[in-house]
Order: sequence, then structure tokens, then C-alpha cells
Amino acid sequence: MAQKEKDALSGVETTGHEWDGLRELNNPLPKWWLYIFYVCIAWSLVYYVLYPAWPLGKSYTKGLLGYSQREELVQKVADGKKAQEKYLTAIAATSVEDIQKNKDLLAFAMAGGRSYFNENCAACHGAGGQGAKGFPTLADDVWLWGGTTADIYKTIQHGIRADDGDTRGTVGIGMTAFGKDGILNRDQIGQVAEYVLSLNKRSTDAAAAEKGKTVYDENCAACHGENAQGSLAVGMDVGAPPLVTANWLYGGDKATLVQTITNGRAGVMPAWSKRLDDATIKSLAVYVHNLGGGK
Amino acid sequence: MSATTEQPPPRIDRLDGDALERPVPAAGDAPAAAPPKAPRRAARSMYQKHAKVYPKAVHGTFRRIKWAALAVLLAIYYVLPWVRWDRGPNAPDQAVLLDLANRRFYLFFVELWPQQIYYLTGALILAALGLFLATSLAGRVWCGYACPQTVWTDLYVWVERLVEGDRGERIRLDQGPWTARKAGRKVLKNLIWLLIAVATGGAWIFYFTDAPTLLGEMLRFEVSSTALGFIGLFTATTYLLAGFAREQVCTYMCPWPRFQSAMIDEDSLIVTYQDWRGEGRSLLRKSQSWEERKAEGLGDCIDCFNCVQVCPAGIDIRDGLQMQCIGCGLCIDACDEIMTKVGRPTGLITFDTQTNQVAVATGGQPVPFRLLRPRTILYTLMMLVIAGGIGVGLLLKPGLDISVLRDRAPLFVALSDGSVRNAYTFKISNMTRDPRAYTLAVSGVAGASLSVAGDGQDEQAGTQRLTADPDMVATYRIFVTAPRTGLQGASQPLTFRLTSADGEVATYDSVFMGPAN
Repeated sequence: MAQKEKDALSGVETTGHEWDGLRELNNPLPKWWLYIFYVCIAWSLVYYVLYPAWPLGKSYTKGLLGYSQREELVQKVADGKKAQEKYLTAIAATSVEDIQKNKDLLAFAMAGGRSYFNENCAACHGAGGQGAKGFPTLADDVWLWGGTTADIYKTIQHGIRADDGDTRGTVGIGMTAFGKDGILNRDQIGQVAEYVLSLNKRSTDAAAAEKGKTVYDENCAACHGENAQGSLAVGMDVGAPPLVTANWLYGGDKATLVQTITNGRAGVMPAWSKRLDDATIKSLAVYVHNLGGGK
Repeated sequence: MSATTEQPPPRIDRLDGDALERPVPAAGDAPAAAPPKAPRRAARSMYQKHAKVYPKAVHGTFRRIKWAALAVLLAIYYVLPWVRWDRGPNAPDQAVLLDLANRRFYLFFVELWPQQIYYLTGALILAALGLFLATSLAGRVWCGYACPQTVWTDLYVWVERLVEGDRGERIRLDQGPWTARKAGRKVLKNLIWLLIAVATGGAWIFYFTDAPTLLGEMLRFEVSSTALGFIGLFTATTYLLAGFAREQVCTYMCPWPRFQSAMIDEDSLIVTYQDWRGEGRSLLRKSQSWEERKAEGLGDCIDCFNCVQVCPAGIDIRDGLQMQCIGCGLCIDACDEIMTKVGRPTGLITFDTQTNQVAVATGGQPVPFRLLRPRTILYTLMMLVIAGGIGVGLLLKPGLDISVLRDRAPLFVALSDGSVRNAYTFKISNMTRDPRAYTLAVSGVAGASLSVAGDGQDEQAGTQRLTADPDMVATYRIFVTAPRTGLQGASQPLTFRLTSADGEVATYDSVFMGPAN
């Protein structure tokens, strides 16, 4: 706009913009307003000098105050750790059963256990312990190696069939591979699979199931129990699951049963005592116990 | 208000002695003989110099209302934190206490938890509607009488007047050379201002912590740095805003004047100048009788500038309703006093509706003030609805609140006997001052049973006993187990019902998830 326009009434210049006949007056700013603006500019300059401000390629200006957000974070984490220490020492000094009885410790162990679980366990057992094929659900009531807090604690410490002096099961050895090792033939495997299905009222071949009972009694009952109630129920610590159940670690359909009987199963869980400290494992045991399946 | 159509002649504020900055007349009006002045544009500064306002003392009805409002509002502000309210042994006994540290608001009989902050929303909406209603009825009465900025500015101006004298003296003092007397006056005035500011800042923090305890700490110089910081902050803002910024706050910082015109209409009471009666304004000559003035075509306004001099916003109401006008009516008091003196009827500047002013100006019948208009009725109804809602809500406010969060992972757990279990995080807010025991029951799923994690209780069909400490939130992990035969579909409604030992009931609707078939 070449010619500045003046508003006839007020004698003030307009900005030259017009919206639907309305023109904005180019009134000056109040002095204090302008001064605050200048103070802000001065403030920013001071800030540049005092605080880290400018990137310099791979580095940056450090500022005279030597302030660092990273250090502040490190300090905060250290403060947080220090605040937790009281509870962590108490947890380390308390037996895993007694933690449950102390309201404060229980709350702390539950909160800590949740984050440890998500960090270390959720990859296999799922967030919240929902499990996956071959990885037990930790929120249900089936525990091959015992579901008390002490049992869970021991399992986390030493793992299952892991290379640990005090581990459970034998390293590398689980359920016998009845087919692969030539102990049972194809027919017998089919019959015992039908028998297991019949225990769960899902058998389609009554005659085969009848024959399968003999096979079961001779080969399977030693570990899984006379009534297929699982090793824990008959007082054996070998991890043989109950076979009268709605929950199947690898699947309960006939094809999977045949596969399991033929090749055997040997699930492995690492021994966590090598990686996590005792207070962490105790917290985890308490957390897992309270996922709902604890006995 | 119809603006005067002719260009008013440049006016001089006689008492000030310095010419008020006036706009240059439009180009066509400039007399040809006048020496060409340098174009105003080139000389225009980047900033507008703050023209200091020196409000003159005034007496009259509106001034008296303003004093009364000031006294009442300041009294409320300073006294309220000291009012006690008995809430029983384990609760604070301060009537109004905003306990941020413990996250409780206490307002007389009301005790609010953080999750009930919606009451504050309701109160804010109510306040906004109240402002709209007051404005549509009587213009900016809030700004003129009740706004903290107005109240404290008024107080500060009063102090200023006590120390430095009235308008004329203050102007002379400011324009005069620096003398010991001038310095003494200025120091004294600022000291009193600072004292008021400290008292204001100090009183503010009494609302956030137990007042007698805090006062004791203050007297022993044991106040926390946080408290000191807030006292400092409110002292500084009071001192700066009421002492120096004053009408600048209303003109430049406050958003309210910018949209107040949407709230007033031609039936709202506003401060108006009866230009049809006052113009053309001119000084009253002693020799001149009012009949002679009339004959000369002059109006009742004797151009004494009293209305301008008393205005705390520094405006000339005779220019019509302006954004800066806070509607305090002090110009009315000033003008009425002058009109009485010169023997003319009062009300040249008056608090009236535009409808009535137009009617009177055109010789018609006076139009009575219309209290009931669509907008006032609407605002009132809305206020009643909201106030009623808040009132009913507060009366029925439970001492018990529950919230239930269902586990998402896993969605449900299938148990070895075929039944299905869901886990819930169950929070009980015990908003009473006593430890309470509760019975929890679920309904909606056939055969559902309940158990609580970690308490060693056995699963029970239907109900569980829970407890919560006074004024605390208790958190439980609840398991609900149901036989698969009882399920209808993948998701079905489940209702938690918590009953306290004394019969208060809270329910929460959740869902129970299971396999799809």
C-alpha cells in the first residue's frame, strides 16, 4: 500500500488491512508493554549465557551454571532408589510368605513386581501373565511345579530344567518321547490319546479309548497319576500336568496329544537368580502369586 | 449513544495545565493559513506514553456504595480464613481451607476430593453466568465495584490521597522539583502500599493452610520458603497492579472489557451522558442566566471537567460508552454535585438504559427499566439449574465412592475345571472420618463367586467383607469366577454392589468377559 490511510474520526493511521469494511487502527503499544517485551529479549540473552542453549554440531554450549537435565534425572533416580531402600532391605530380610502378611511390603512388592514382570517375564508369559502356547498362564490355577508363594519363588530363582545347581527337573530331559524312542507304536499312541480325550469327555472312538487305558496305566500313570491328576497331586516334583483339565499348555486336541506323546515335551525356564537380586525375585513371586492363580 | 457529529474543538484540561493529547483534525478541516506542522506520522513514537491518571476525590451515592463494597469485600478477604468450622476430631477446623498438600478442599459443610473437582467447574460456570446476568442488568458493576483490581486500586488511591493530597496537589507534587518533602511523601506512600501488599499476600496463603498455625510460624520466622515465595509473589503483584498498573490492567490485560458489549443491550443500565441535554457544552459565565444560555444554543454541560477528573480510568464519559469505562458511576456523583451547585437538575450523567435515554431525548414517555428480558430470564434460569444441580449434588454427596478397573491382560482366565475368572482392581474411597467395613456383592452373572487377592480368605459365593481406613482410598484386587455354563456370550454386564455396615450403598457397572462360545 503506497498511501498510508488515516481514519477520519480518530486521526490514527490504519494498518491498511480491511475486513468487510472494518479497518484496523495502527495504535501504538503501551510503553510498559513494550518494556516487558524488551525485558524478555534481555532475559533470553541472559538465559543463553547461563544455560545450555546452542547446538554446536556434536556438542552444545554448556552455559555458565553448568546445568544439565541428564544430571538432574540421574539425581532424581538416585533419590528414588534411596527412598525405596527401606522397603527393599525389608523385603530382602523377610521371607516371601511373610511379605504377604505385611500390608506395606505387599503393596510395595506388588507395584515393584509388576514392573519387574513386564521387564523380564512378559516376553514369554505375556503382560499380566496371560501365557502362550508352551508358556504357562500364570493367572490360572494350574501349577506344574507348585503354586504357593514359596514354590513360585523357587521356580523363579532356579528355573525349570535350566543349568542351575538347584534347578527343578533334569536339564534337557522332560517327558519321554514315547514314539520317537520306540516305546509305543503308532496305534498305541492313537489309543492313549483317545483315552486322554475320553477323560475330558471328548473321545470319538470308545473302543480305542478302552485299549488306551491299558497303555496309559502301563506307561503314563507313573508320572501323571492313576487318575491323571498330575504329578503334584501324587506328591512327585516332576512337572507332569494333570490330564483331566480344561487348560492345556501345548493344546488338548488329538493331533497335539499325539505329537506330545510321540516327541515328549521339555519346557525350559531360565534360572533368574543369576540375573536378578533376591528382593526383586521375592517381589516377582508375590506379584505372580497375586495374579490370581496363587494357592 | 450517538457520537457528536461535528468535530469538537480542542479542549484544554484547565487544572492540569497541559493539553490533553487530541487527535489531529482530519486533513480537510485544517485551516489553510495554519503553518504546516511536521507530519504527525513521522513523529509518532513506537510506544504510547502512559498518561498518568490522577483521580479526584468525589462524594455521592455511587462513591458511598463503592466504599461499602470495598469494606465488605476486604473484610471477607481478611476474615474468612479465621472462621472455624467443626468437622470432628481428625479433620481440620478451618471453614475455608484449600488443602492442596492433602488434596482436600474444605468449604464450610462441603468437603471435596480431587475426583469431585467438577463442583469447581460448576461454580466457575455459575460465576460466569452471574457476571453475564449482572452485566446485562446493570453494565459493568462487577468491574466498578467488586473486581479485586478495582477494590485494591481504590484502596491504594485512597492512601495516595491521604499522603499526597487530592488531584491538584498530586499533580503539582509530581511536576515539581524533587524536594525532601516530595521524597518523604513518596517514600511514605510506597511504604504504606507495601504494607497493604504484604498483608494481602500474607492473607492469601492463610487459605491454603491452617491460619493460626501459620500465623504462629510467621511470628517466629519459621515460614517455609514456599509460603514466603507466595507471599512475595502476591505482595509484588498487589503492589505493582494496584499501585502502578491500575486502569492499564483493565484496558490492556483484562479480556472482559473486550466482550462486555456482547452482554449489554439497549435495556441494560449503563453510565450515560445525556448529550442532547448537555451539548453544546461551554463554561458558565457568572453574568449568564440559564435562559440566556439556552437562547445561545448551549446545553447544561458547563464543561467543568469534574467527570473526567474523578474517573479512575481517565476517560471522558461525554465521548460515549467506551471500552475503558468500568461503570463505577463516580462521574455521576461528580456531575450531580456540580449540577446541584449551579441549580440545574441532576442526572446529566446518569445510570440509565439506552432505551429510556432515547425516549427522554426525543421527548417521549420515560421507559421503565425492564428487569425481565429474554437474556436475563435465560441467565437466571441457567443459574438456577446449575445452582440446583450443585446443591442437590452436595446434599446427596456420598461418603462412599467406588471405582472398578477390569484387567485387560489377560481379558479372562480359563480355570482347569472349565470355569472363567476375571480380575478387577477395586478402589473404595471412604470419604468419612471413621474406619468402615463393607460387604461386596456382584450380580449379573449366574453362579459368580468372589475372592480377594492377598487376604487369604476363601472364595465365597456372592459376597466378600472389605474394609477402608477413614478419609482414605483402599485398593483391592478382586477376582470374580463363574462357571462357563452361566455365561451368555463373550461379554456380559456385571454389577458390583458395595454396602457399608451403616447401610450406604455404591454400585458400579462393569463387564464380565469370557470365551466367545
